[in-house]
Parts: sequence; structure tokens; C-alpha cells
Amino acid sequence: MMTRSPLRIGAAVLAAAALGLSSCASPEEGSDPAAEDVPGITDTTVTVGTHQPLTGPAAAGYSTISPATQAYFDYVNDNGGVNGRTIEYIAKDDGYNPANTQSAVREMVLQDEVFALVGGLGTPPHSAVLDFVNDNEVPDLFVASGSPTWDQPDEYPYTYGFMVDYPTESRILATYAQEEFPDKTYCFFGQDDDFGDEFKAGLEAVLGSDGLASAQVYSTANTDIAAQISAMKEAGCEVNFMATINGFSAQAVGTAAKLGYFPQWMASSAGGDYNTLSGYLGENTNKLLQGFVSANYLPAYSETEDDWIKKFREINEEYNAGAAFDGNTVFGMSIGYLFVEALKEAGENPTRESLLEALESGNVTGNGLVPLGFSGDSHRGYTGAMLTRVDNGVQSYFGTAYTVDGDDVQEYTGERSAMPANGLPD
Amino acid sequence: MSVLLRYFVAAAAAVFLIGLTFIIPSFTSYQLATACAYLCGIAGLTLLTGAGGQLSLGQAALMAAGAYTYALTANALDDAGVEGPLLLVVPLVAAVAGAGVLGLVIGLAAGRLHGPYLAGFTMALVVALPAVTSTFSSVLGGDQGLWVTVQKRPAALRGTVSTEAWQAWLAVVCAVAVMAVLANLLRGRFGRELRAVRDNPVAAALAGINPARTKVAAFVISSAAAGMGGGLLAYTTQSASPGAYSLVFSLFLLMAAVVGGIGSLTGAVWGAVLLVALPHLIGTATSRLALPTDLAQRLDGNLSVAIFGLVLVLVVLLAPQGIQGLLVKLWHRTGFKHSASPVRSAAPASAPRPASPPLPIRHQPAEQPATQKGQ
Repeated sequence: MMTRSPLRIGAAVLAAAALGLSSCASPEEGSDPAAEDVPGITDTTVTVGTHQPLTGPAAAGYSTISPATQAYFDYVNDNGGVNGRTIEYIAKDDGYNPANTQSAVREMVLQDEVFALVGGLGTPPHSAVLDFVNDNEVPDLFVASGSPTWDQPDEYPYTYGFMVDYPTESRILATYAQEEFPDKTYCFFGQDDDFGDEFKAGLEAVLGSDGLASAQVYSTANTDIAAQISAMKEAGCEVNFMATINGFSAQAVGTAAKLGYFPQWMASSAGGDYNTLSGYLGENTNKLLQGFVSANYLPAYSETEDDWIKKFREINEEYNAGAAFDGNTVFGMSIGYLFVEALKEAGENPTRESLLEALESGNVTGNGLVPLGFSGDSHRGYTGAMLTRVDNGVQSYFGTAYTVDGDDVQEYTGERSAMPANGLPD
Repeated sequence: MSVLLRYFVAAAAAVFLIGLTFIIPSFTSYQLATACAYLCGIAGLTLLTGAGGQLSLGQAALMAAGAYTYALTANALDDAGVEGPLLLVVPLVAAVAGAGVLGLVIGLAAGRLHGPYLAGFTMALVVALPAVTSTFSSVLGGDQGLWVTVQKRPAALRGTVSTEAWQAWLAVVCAVAVMAVLANLLRGRFGRELRAVRDNPVAAALAGINPARTKVAAFVISSAAAGMGGGLLAYTTQSASPGAYSLVFSLFLLMAAVVGGIGSLTGAVWGAVLLVALPHLIGTATSRLALPTDLAQRLDGNLSVAIFGLVLVLVVLLAPQGIQGLLVKLWHRTGFKHSASPVRSAAPASAPRPASPPLPIRHQPAEQPATQKGQ
């Protein structure tokens, strides 16, 4: 009697282990001796992975990014793939929860053996796997977050950014605000993590350490931000900079309106997509978002005459079941395009090393309005931004693009990258 | 002798599982490590709820306490320049102690509560966790949580043992130790007192047991086990964040304990395995089906929750004593074993009443006449 339990525990542990074993019996598909050395690459396929918030607090808006990337890859695959290889794209849901990201990314790297991670989304989620992917020497490309964390080539040689980083973006917004609204009271509303901290640091670099009359933060776990918005109203804030994800940008604008408070909003590109915001704000969107300023660096989905937008709309109709076309769609397809461009540049038989060399060469330019910062000693994504404003329900670019080098905000006068034939990299 | 044998079995299980890491892929080793961490939390819950009759929905908060204590201790040690085994062992001990202390504080209050009041109180702990971490974000890192400095595997093992295998080793050793301690406690005087207090506190008090002290002790022990689990999670994932210890996770831990069989520690093993394997198996299954990509991606996140709920309902309906109870029953049926001796883990006293309606009701004499009438 006394000895039975431990024996049974032992038996259960054994059986548990066996169950674990059986759950991992995933056959390695189609590996070829020649390509065997490179994980995720066979003669006919390239497998890449990403982690995305398909559910959870950041799902609204962002959950359409990976289907857009998938649609672009499908389009490329239908047009012969890259050097005869089709791109297989694994997108795993992490619910914007770093704990889920950790197991999702481990599964993709250790079990699915992806060639690279492409466009993993979110500062907190991606921070959680940064060491892991670099320890495993997996190219970690185009992280969908504006944190400068991704630009540390010495510490994280495998990680590359994509978005304009938050300090750059906030410097541009603050510089514009100083020109356009010189004597107003500036305030800040942001996410209580690196996103908010870094954005705020950029603002303070331009406006001075006492340049913000009020700085309020929110936690994604708590959707009631009435206290913060009231405090900003009390403080007499007239120009509010926002380091927010879309749901909280909408929440801020809506909550303020309920309080009869209508300041000038100036949002990060991460939380300034008109279509996504209108999904939250409903029928009052046009009134609430009139004059809303936000930064961006990719072709604007509202520019129907733009070559990139025309092509992406076509692809969206054909490969994405005609899903709503907005800034997130453009974002997803642009990441897809950039990866295809890099893969092509990596040569006939790409390796992880040749992929990184391709990026460092500076020959991979993407489709943004400003240059990418990729080189041997920089893994910075887009180096600047242009501002958009909402007017009568249409969000479009105005003024010129800016690039930022250190604290120095400059107008960018260089050419935008032209679209290659059929939107397929040469 | 029996205690010795128990240690022997525990050691054998540990050796076997560690041996297993040499043949399984790294990702499975990572899953094994995660399952072991969950096991600590679930086993603690089995002791508290199964044997002690105190329903707690707050186990995730106690695991979080362990994870944060681990993170703060490890980072502080790293800042102080400490390296080597100390950087591994001290934070783990701290995690157990930290969660244990929190368990004591909660237990002192919770000892006065029972049933739904206790459940509500412990649930509030989990719900409050994100608010606590963002209120003290300068120390606890807000939503993003803390990045944990970990002592990686010894240099001598690099090249032969993967990081994940090493994590599994550590987790296996800790989980087996936790199981052995809990099994000893449950088998000994403390276990008897705990069951006595659960079944009839007045009678227990008459027998010289202090019910309040016993309940608080159960809370502390359960919390310390959860703290070990949290510490292991902090080590394997290199982070401690509020999102990892949500209310859903807390409910999952309780579900795992019930599905596995809350009457026995062995059930906790099944629960932990299920908690790790089920989402993974479902994810693999949906990716093999020819579903539209976006549907498959959405199912990936949600379907496992639904199926886990379904499994829970089925288990409660069909096998109220959980997987372990079912296995014991099958074991008896197949005739491998004479059913003469009642098996402890399936004994009615060990199962919580809500999950085990068909059990003979021993402690409610009022119902006895009805049963007798039926006869």
C-alpha cells in the first residue's frame, strides 16, 4: 500500500515522456542532401516563420498583417518563386503575450526548422525571444516594432529592424509640432513599456526635458484610460503625442471626445492607421479623426495612383480574398517584398550567412519612402518618415519626408524606390 | 523502507527522463521542461484542493510570485558579479521562499475563508497581477515584465547537450524533488491531518489538530511548490511577465489538476502533460488540415482552449476521478490486479466533491437513509 503511489508516479512519468515523444514525431519533409546543411531550405522550398497577435489586445489591425504577407508570398510563388523555390510561410499566434511567443518561436526554430523569422511583431513579444534566436543563429529579419533594440549588430547580429524606430519617429513629429503649433502645450500618452519610453525619449530630445506638460501611460491589460485622458485635459494639453497601439489610439481619441476634449493628436505609425481606427470609432470616425497626424514610411494605401498600391490592391483581390485594404495590408506585403528581395540577393543557393550578407550589402532597398539603414554596422530599418494627416476621412501624406541621423532631423529629397516589373524584385 | 523506495523511484524517474533528453529533439526537451514547471504548480494545487479541500483559482499568481522572485534575485546576483551554480540555485531557492511567504500571507487570510469565498479571493490575486506589475513598473517591468539573467549550461556540456535539454534536466530534477516532498507529506501525518480537517474540521479539532494552522500550512506548501514552477518557467523562458500568468492560465492549472485526477499526485503528471501536449497536438493537426491560412491561424490560438474545455466536460461526466482514476479503474478491470485493496488515489476522500458526484458519500450521514431505502 505504502509503496504503490511512487511506483505509479514513476509509471505516469514514463508514460508522460512517451506521450511527449509521440507528439514530436514530425517527419522532416523533402530534405535533399545538397541543401541539407541549411535549415528551412530545400531544392524547391524556403520555409520562414513569424509570430503575430492573431488574438488578444493587439489583434485588431495587426491580425491582418500576416495574411497580407502570405498573399504576397503566394503571388511570388505563382510567379515562379525565388530561384525556383517557393516560400512556405508559418504564422503562429502569440496573442501579443511574450510567454506564448517563446513557445511559438521555439517550435518554429527547433521543430519546424525555419530558415529565418520574418516580421515577428511587437516589442514585448519579440524581446522575449531575442536571445534565443541569436543563440540559435537564426536570421531574425524585419521585426515589426519600432524599438531601437533590434539595431544592435554587435550584440544581436542576426536581428534586423524594419519600422522606423520610435525615437526617430517622435523626433520628426516633435519637430513638425514645433513648426506648426509653436506655442501650444505638448503632452504625451504612451504604452507603459519600451515603446512608450523610447518614443518619449525622442520627444524630449527635441522639446527639452521639460517640454511635455503631462506624460501619461497605460497598460494593455487595462482598457480603461479615462483617468489618463482626464489628467491630460486638466493639464491643458493641446498637442498630444501618442505611442499607442491602434486600439488605444482609438480609445484615447474616443475617451477625450466623451469628455468634450478635442486636442491635436500626433500618433506613431504603430497606432495611426485610419482604417483600423475607424473600426473602433464607428460612425463618428470622420469627425473624431479630422486633422489626426501620424507618421509613416510606406506607400499610403489611399494613393490609388501609386504603382505599389495598385499592384498590392491587385494581389489583395486575388490572393487575400479581397480583404479590406489598409495600412496593415501594405505593411504585410511590404515585409513580404523586402524578404523576397533579400532572398534573391542572397544568391542561387542561399544560406543564413549569405542572407545576412545580402542585407549588409545595402543592395536591398525595400519599397519605403526613405532609405533603409542596413549596413555592416547598422541593423536599423527605415531611417525616417513622412507625415500623414486625415482630411474628410482620407489619410494622406503631406509635406516632405524626413530622415533622422542622431538628433539631427533633415528633409529627405532622394528618390523613392520605383516598383520593379509586376512588383517582383529584379 | 517505503520512503526509501519512494526516493528510489523518484530518482529512477529523473534518471530516465534525463536520459530521454539525449534522444528527443530539442523542442520536445523544451516541452518537457515546461511540463515539469507546470507539474510543480499543479501538484501544489492537488495538495491544496484535492487533499485539503481548499479551492484556489490563484495558483498562477503564486507561480508568478516565484517567477518574479527568481528574476529579481538572479538579476541582482548578476549585478553583484555572481556566477556559476550559485546563480542557478540561489534564485530557485528564493523563488520557492518568495512564493511561500506570499502563500503564508494569503493563507492567513484564506484560512478563514472556504468554498466560493476562497475561490473569489484567490481569483482576485490573479486578476490584480497586471495592475500590480504596472503600478510597480520600475521594479517589475510593467506589461513587458522582467528579463532574467540565467546561468547557462556548464561549458563542459556545450556541444553535446542543447540548451533545451539542459533546461529539461534542471526542470526534471526540481519537479521530481517537489513530487517526492509532496508525496511524503501527503502520506505522512500532515496528509492525514489535512484530510481530517477537510472532511470534518470539528472532529479534527477534537482529535487535537489545529484546523487553521493545518490550512495555512497547506497553503504555504502549495505556494512553495508553485513558486518552484514559476522559478523554472522564469529560467526556461528567461522572462517573468504578467501575461504569462493570466487568469486563463490559472484556470488551466486547475483544469489540468481536475482532468488528471485531483485525488492523486500522479494525476497532476497527466494534467501537466496534457497542458503542454494538447495545444501543440491541435496546432499540428490544424496545420496538416487543408484549411484556409487565416482560419488555420485563428484556430491555432483558440481551438486548444475550446478542446481543453471539452476534455474537461467529458472527464467530469465520464471519469469524475480524472485520467488517473480512469486508468486505475481500467487496471482493475483488466484483471492485472486483484481489486481487493482499495486504491488510495481513487478513494473518495481524496476527490473534491464538485468533481465527483457518483462517489459514495461517506461524510454526509443525512443521505444515508435514502441510500438504504433504495436497497
